[in-house]
Amino acid sequence: MNAHLQERRIILKHADDPSYSNLIGCYLREGGYETLKKAFAMKPEEVGEEVLKSGVRGRGGAGFPAGMKWKFLDRKSGKPIYLICNADESEPGTFKDRQIMYKDPHQLIEGMMIAAYAIGAKQAFIYIRAEFHEGARILNRAIQEAKDNGYCGDNILGSSYSCDLVVHRGAGAYICGEETGLIESLEGKRPNPRIKPPYFPAVLGLYQCPTIVNNVETLCNVRHIIEMGGEEFAKIGKPNNTGTRIWCVSGQVMKPGYYEFECGALTLGEMIFGVCGGLRPGRSLKAVIPGGSSSKILRADERFSGKLKDGTEFDWGLEDIPLDFDGPASVGSMSGSGGIIVMDDTVDIVEAMANINAFYAHESCGQCTPCREGSLWMRKITQRMCSGGAREEDADLLLSVANQIEGRTICAFGEAAAWPTQSFVTKFRDDFIKKASETVEEKNSRKLQLI
Amino acid sequence: MVIHLVQDELGAVNDFACEWIANRLDLQPINIKELVTFYPMLREKPWGRKHVRVCRTLPCALRGSYATCKSFEKKLGVKEGHVREDGEYSLEFMECLADCGQGPVVIVDEKTYENVDGDRAEKFADLLLDGKLDESDEFQSYEDALLKKTEE
Amino acid sequence: MISPSKEDLVTITLNGVEVEVPNGINAVEAAALHGKEVPHYCYHPKLSVAGNCRMCLVEMGTPMRDRSTGEAILEDDGSPKIGWVPKPVIGCATNVSAGMHLRTESDLVTECREGIMEFLLVNHPLDCPICDQAGECRLQEFATDYGRGFSRYIERKNVKPKRTRLGPRVTLDDERCILCSRCIRFSQEVAKDDVLGFVDRGSFSTLTCFPGKELSNNYSLNTVDICPVGALTSTDFRFKMRVWFLKETKSICTESSTGCNTIISSREGVIQRITPRRNDLVNDTWMTDSGREIYKLVKAENRILRPSVDGKDLPLSEGISSAVRILKDRKVGVVASCKSTIEEQFLTKLVIDATNAQVYIRGHFGEDDGILLSADRTPNLRGALINGLTDSYPEDHLNGLNEALASGELESLFVIDEDLLVSGVDQENLKDVDIVFLGTHSHATSNMARVVLPSFTVFEKEGSFINKSFIVQAFEQAIPGPVGLSSQVEILSLIINHLRADSDPLDTKLDGVWKSMGEVLSDLIGDCDFRSLIKAPFQIDGSKWSHLDFVEKNALNFESVKGVQV
Repeated sequence: MNAHLQERRIILKHADDPSYSNLIGCYLREGGYETLKKAFAMKPEEVGEEVLKSGVRGRGGAGFPAGMKWKFLDRKSGKPIYLICNADESEPGTFKDRQIMYKDPHQLIEGMMIAAYAIGAKQAFIYIRAEFHEGARILNRAIQEAKDNGYCGDNILGSSYSCDLVVHRGAGAYICGEETGLIESLEGKRPNPRIKPPYFPAVLGLYQCPTIVNNVETLCNVRHIIEMGGEEFAKIGKPNNTGTRIWCVSGQVMKPGYYEFECGALTLGEMIFGVCGGLRPGRSLKAVIPGGSSSKILRADERFSGKLKDGTEFDWGLEDIPLDFDGPASVGSMSGSGGIIVMDDTVDIVEAMANINAFYAHESCGQCTPCREGSLWMRKITQRMCSGGAREEDADLLLSVANQIEGRTICAFGEAAAWPTQSFVTKFRDDFIKKASETVEEKNSRKLQLI
Repeated sequence: MVIHLVQDELGAVNDFACEWIANRLDLQPINIKELVTFYPMLREKPWGRKHVRVCRTLPCALRGSYATCKSFEKKLGVKEGHVREDGEYSLEFMECLADCGQGPVVIVDEKTYENVDGDRAEKFADLLLDGKLDESDEFQSYEDALLKKTEE
Repeated sequence: MISPSKEDLVTITLNGVEVEVPNGINAVEAAALHGKEVPHYCYHPKLSVAGNCRMCLVEMGTPMRDRSTGEAILEDDGSPKIGWVPKPVIGCATNVSAGMHLRTESDLVTECREGIMEFLLVNHPLDCPICDQAGECRLQEFATDYGRGFSRYIERKNVKPKRTRLGPRVTLDDERCILCSRCIRFSQEVAKDDVLGFVDRGSFSTLTCFPGKELSNNYSLNTVDICPVGALTSTDFRFKMRVWFLKETKSICTESSTGCNTIISSREGVIQRITPRRNDLVNDTWMTDSGREIYKLVKAENRILRPSVDGKDLPLSEGISSAVRILKDRKVGVVASCKSTIEEQFLTKLVIDATNAQVYIRGHFGEDDGILLSADRTPNLRGALINGLTDSYPEDHLNGLNEALASGELESLFVIDEDLLVSGVDQENLKDVDIVFLGTHSHATSNMARVVLPSFTVFEKEGSFINKSFIVQAFEQAIPGPVGLSSQVEILSLIINHLRADSDPLDTKLDGVWKSMGEVLSDLIGDCDFRSLIKAPFQIDGSKWSHLDFVEKNALNFESVKGVQV
């Protein structure tokens, strides 16, 4: 895929270059591992300072400032420190980390070694989802290449600093993307997320040692932050929304795909109707899920108004929402992992809901009560609604079940499962009520099956 | 990791394998069975010789993955979630495979194929059944496309 | 219980009221200390915190401080401003610290509990009418106390295995399981037998054993005790009895010198089950499976139900007079028992003194499991020490007695409980001595006795034992003894009164015995009486015996530093 004209590709600069492969030769040709040398000439704390200054926010979904996360690390315990790259990309609608790992793996390795050096980790892991068979192979080969060249492993760049890097394959569970679930999985257990307190990864993480878990894209950004300096990096994008983001657009647009833009460089409308070529002929926009399937849905005809953090007032339609961290957040949703799912008017919203509920019911680890029972219950309700058994009161019931999950679970999966239902039912209440009186003909007239 | 290796070797991790692994790692077999039954990619019984995965989740569904799966069921002669009686093919309608931009996404064994929708799905199934998928120009896997780049 | 010192107490605000609680305990315990129940399922005070049931959600806040100055931020009225955590927190994993604010009663908390109760019930079968747990089911209780009282669930419930044999004593109904993981944690952390686990995931998670393995360790029934619902049931007790018909009595397990605290549940004089009772210095909340079987002795075939003299059944009073004739003014040997209670041993000592007898005593030993079954398989060896029945550590035989018999030193034997023929005594050597046997069950020795004085089992009497940590623990009478029989205390007292006709008669009741004991053993038991002992066990100073080679090994709540509690 060719880079779109308006894109600013930093992370994916070379990914789709026809002459660029994932071998180390290409990476070195483009100045690879030079930043690692630069980082090694700095003190580890200085590297951390640059990352803090850059303001880079986590690209995994929560958008927490990465430099701040590193600050929480317990360095006094005397226990080993671990760095884990969360490469369990599984949020429906997200497919950016795949591009990095398959097409430019050395960028990740360099970013990780810089991060490991900064936090003082002697052992690092890449936890990659099992469906990325080839991705794991590519990473393993790249790590070997990096080790052969002294960029990873023992005595990196001839220094006394060593850090091993191991690729660990998951086995098909969305919950492994939750950092404490990932840690449990890495320890060889069921990935039941841990209770916090007391098990904050930065203090009691992998093997009860201080651990930093960062997303693939975040760790790649570390490399660019050190290359250009934190302050320079912070000039990309907007304050509090620094750097670029890789937006993954899927669903019913003409040109779905991944597009890297400076934060805030375009609006949701520009993305859908400009970059992605708009909808299929004759279709109109129904709704957009802006940040992976767990983010709250936005209705095409909604108006959003309020005050931004800096005090400026806004009054936006869906198309006006700026694509950065704060834009989707200020309209009550989130940019999450950057997965924009577009739905046109052919979509039956209750079926879309049923599809999402089936996902969360399947992926709930089952450890804690509200998520385990609530996610399956919501699936059963929406499944029934789509099988001719809808009742008018189901809308309220769904909303109430979702409300009973949110904020009461061990991990954020509870919110991930509740937010879609809360937003779908609230914003498309009529569709849910109408379902009770839907005729068989109406049902059969829909070509697109979602459940 | 050990479990993956055992599954690669045996195609599945049955009770005997659980005990063997537990023994090696100084664990209890239940510790292994807990994992094998939790993770969808780990199996207690092997899939077919060719295992076909179709993504079910919303982005792929919006682009017709339910139809793709149905058409595979018909063509391959096996219900999703099952192995064909002769053990040749198995079909799995599974959750998000993280390639949502090019849905419906299909994975055959370890290779990912994109935009396998509508008529293309039928063609795809035919090529698969004829053993000609690898040679096909129309369906080049995500992995093969990259491999080609490294070879050049 | 040892109460925390003043310095360890902190002040927290519980539902708006300032209260003192020990620093660092969790919110569930802290609230309980002040009469506020925080309902919970997965939390168990003696297991690691899992935090999975979410029933104990409460509101928590701390006084806010200015980030730059560290000064407390105040409300308009001058009171400290409280920063409430926006989401409810689980009480089990929230440890209190000074100044913490907790709300266990609020709209949000009520709503949380209603929600969790509803979730727990949506896939739970409604088979309370045939469920053994009914009456002691947390799900039932909390549904009543904290549930909404109606159901909004119209979907199909999940189907899971209803009758899984987990082991020889435990049966599992998976549909009732609420996946709290208490049993799994118990197996891993206490029983050290990691056989249970969850297979599958989400709402379909199912508790199970690995095929071919079973939950057969000697602590398996504790999983039944801690199961908050009716998922794990005792195969023995299953479908036998409604728990609300049961009378509960505090008792002490006699299986070994650990002295697990127990509850005897009986109905109309018949024991139905034995379960553990919490004592943090002894058994926490656990006991062995084997200890729960001991009640079967009550109805054992070889139970002696009639006093007899020379093979003829006679009333007890005649048995006692015959015994006195055999023991008075003769060369007497007394075989005392480490299974007797402190009171019985005290009286045994008086018999010895009154008859100028030689005393013999043996121990009973087995494997120490390092948890609650100690190597000393008698409940009261230390009682024998403090009562002066022996100065040395008992061995597992009565060879000394055998020698004394062989050399013709003895004319009469008063045997309490022991079977001499399995204790190294030759049958030949017993030919010419008259034996008085006092015990509960017949064996070769009782069969040879001229006088047999049957008495009560531990369940039919009250008394006390000293456990391996020198803790004195009392037990109560659970069921009436067989008609026409008496307790050992009464029988021994009557014998003594006959033997010492010139002294004041002894009180044959336990309280009287404690009075007498107080005169002799005041340095050890002080002025304690039996009624206060029932309420609170106490520790005695065992240092006098620290030179002895006690057989107990390190175990739960016990370090084998020559019998000194650490």
